[in-house]
Amino acid sequence: MIVRISDDSLALALGADGLASAFAAAGCVVERVSSWGMHWLEPLVEVDGIGYGPATVDDVPAILDGTSALSIGPITEHPFIKPQQRLTFARAGKTRPLSLEDYAATGGWAGLRRAQAMSGEAVIAEVTQSGLRGRGGAGFPAGIKWNTVAKAPASRKYVVCNADEGDSGTFADRMLMEGDPFQLIEGLAICAHAVGAQAAYIYTRSEYPHAIAKLRAAIELAQGIIAPLHMEVREGAGAYVCGEETSLLNSIEGKRGVVRAKPPLPALEGLFGCPTVVNNVLTIAAIPHILFEGGAAEYAALGVDRSLGTKPIQLAGNIKHGGLYETAFGISLHDLVYTIGGGTASGRPVKAVQVGGPLGAYIPPAQFDLPFDYEAYARADALIGHGGVVVLDDGADMGRLARFAMEFCAVESCGKCTPCRIGSTRGVELLDRIRAGAKVLDPVGALPQMHNAPKLARTADQDIALLEELCETMKFGSLCALGGFTPYPVLSALRHWPEDFQ
Amino acid sequence: MTNERLQEILARHGQSEGPLLPILHDVQRAFGCVSPDMQQVIAQALNLSRAEVHGVVSFYHDFTEEADTRPCVQLCRAEACQARGVEALVEAAEAAAGNRVRISPVYCLGLCSVGPAARIGDALHARLNAASLVKLVEAA
Repeated sequence: MIVRISDDSLALALGADGLASAFAAAGCVVERVSSWGMHWLEPLVEVDGIGYGPATVDDVPAILDGTSALSIGPITEHPFIKPQQRLTFARAGKTRPLSLEDYAATGGWAGLRRAQAMSGEAVIAEVTQSGLRGRGGAGFPAGIKWNTVAKAPASRKYVVCNADEGDSGTFADRMLMEGDPFQLIEGLAICAHAVGAQAAYIYTRSEYPHAIAKLRAAIELAQGIIAPLHMEVREGAGAYVCGEETSLLNSIEGKRGVVRAKPPLPALEGLFGCPTVVNNVLTIAAIPHILFEGGAAEYAALGVDRSLGTKPIQLAGNIKHGGLYETAFGISLHDLVYTIGGGTASGRPVKAVQVGGPLGAYIPPAQFDLPFDYEAYARADALIGHGGVVVLDDGADMGRLARFAMEFCAVESCGKCTPCRIGSTRGVELLDRIRAGAKVLDPVGALPQMHNAPKLARTADQDIALLEELCETMKFGSLCALGGFTPYPVLSALRHWPEDFQ
Repeated sequence: MTNERLQEILARHGQSEGPLLPILHDVQRAFGCVSPDMQQVIAQALNLSRAEVHGVVSFYHDFTEEADTRPCVQLCRAEACQARGVEALVEAAEAAAGNRVRISPVYCLGLCSVGPAARIGDALHARLNAASLVKLVEAA
C-alpha cells in the first residue's frame, strides 16, 4: 500500500517523520510529497486519494484498515481545495519535491524548452502580456522590469530571487521552495535566458534550513538542464530588512544589509553594479506556467482590474482552517476569513486581521468586503504585501500590537535614514506614554535651552496628534518600506480601536 | 588548530562572488562565534578592513563575537504566533530554562498557521502549549 505524507517543514514540526516511520514499519511504501497546504490537518496522510488528518502514530492501524474517524474523504474534493485556482501551487501535495521524474511528468521544463526556442524579447513580451506583477508586495510589472534589464548595455547581468520571506503570517515562499523547488529553478532559468544573465542567486533566510537544503539539492539535480547558467543559494543572517531588494543585494555582496538610495534602479545598477532582475519567489515561480503555450493569455484572463492572475494567499494566526489558498485576485476578506478559514481557532469573535505582514494595516470586520486587489487595498490605506492574512480574536490588544510594530521597526531598522532609525524609537516612547495615560513632561522639552518647546506636559490628544505627525514623517521620509510602512499597522490600530490606546 | 580550520573555511569560499556572508556562517557554525581575532584573519584574506568585517558581524543577528555554549530554543514571537497565544507561554518557558538554556526570540519560522512555534537546531516544533514547550526546554 502506498501512503503519502508531506515532508514540508510544517508537517515535520508536527511529527510527520515519526508518522512516516510508523507506516513504513507497518509494511507500507511511504512517499514523501509536498504539502497540500491544509495546515490544520497536518500531518495529513493520503491513502488512495483519501486524506486522514491530523494524524498521530496511534492512528496508524485505523487508517490502514480504513476505519479511522480522521478521514476527510477525497482530498481533491475537499471544500478547501476544490474552489482553489492553483497555478503556482499546481503540484502541491501531488509530487515528490526532489523527483525530477515527477516534475517532468507534470509538465516540468516545458516552459523552459519553449522559452529557449524563442528570443529573449519574445519571452519578455509574453510575461508582459500575462500582466504578472511582483508578488513580493510592491506589485511592479515583471515584464517592464525584465525589459529594462534586457535593454541595459552590460556584459554581465544577474537574476536574483528574493526568498527572504520575513513577514509574519507568510509561508508561501517556504512551501514553494520546499515543495516544488524545480519550478523556481525553471522560472529563474527562463528569466536568465530572457534578460541575458549569466548567474542567478536565490537569497533566503537562515530561519528556513529545510528550504535551503531542498533548494541546494534541487539545483545540483537540475545542473545539466539549466547549464551554463550558474545558480546558487545564499543564506541570510537574521536581518528582516534584507527582504528589501537593495539591502538584499548588499547582503549578497557581503556588506551590511543597508538600504541603497534609488535611483540607480537595481535593474540598471544592481548586484556588483550590474543590471539585475530582483523578483520574489512567487513571481519567478509563476513564470513556467506563463511560458506554456497559451499560458500568458490564460493567466491574464484571471483576476480583476490591474491585478491579474492568481495570488497564493496565506491564512494564518488565530484561524480555524489555516493554510495556503491560491485563487484569482478579487476574493473578499469575508470569504477568506469566514467561508474558507472557518473563523477563529479559539472560537471567539474576530477582532481584526492584519494583511501583508508586520508592515500591513489592521483591518476591522466592518471592512471585510474589501476585494483582494493591489489598488483597492491602497485606496483603503492598506496593502496586500506578500498575501499573508493574520487573524486576531477579541483578546488582542491593538495598542500593544501598535507598539510592537514600532518596536520591531526600531530593532530591525538598517539605520541609514533618520525617519526610520530615530522615528521608530520615538514612536515606541510615544505609544508607551499614550498607553500609560500619564501626563509626563518631555524631559528634552523641559531643558532650559529648548525655548520653543511647551513647558506643560502634553495631553493624550496632543500625544496622539504627535504620533500621527511622526507617522506621516516616517511614511514619506523613509528610504524603504520598513520605515515607510510601519505607520500602516500603527495608524490603522489607532483609527479603528482607539479604546485600546487609553 | 583554530587557524587551520579557519583557513580551510576561507579556502572553500575563495572562488565565490561576495564570499563574506557564507564565510561568516561557516565560522559561526564551526566555532559558535566570530571573535575579533577571527575577524582580523578574515579581513586580511578578503582584502577588507577590520572595521568592514566587524560592521557586517555586528549588523546581522546570526553572528556573535562571543560564544554562548548553552543550548538555544528559538521561540517565534511574531504577530501570527502572538495571535495564537505565544506570549502566555513565555514566562513558563523562561522559568524552565533558568540559566541553563537560552530562550531567544525569532521573528517568524514560517509556521504561522500552526503556532506557537519553536526551533531547536534544525528541528521545528509547532502547536505548542505551556506543557509541551516546557518539556522541549527541559530536554534541550
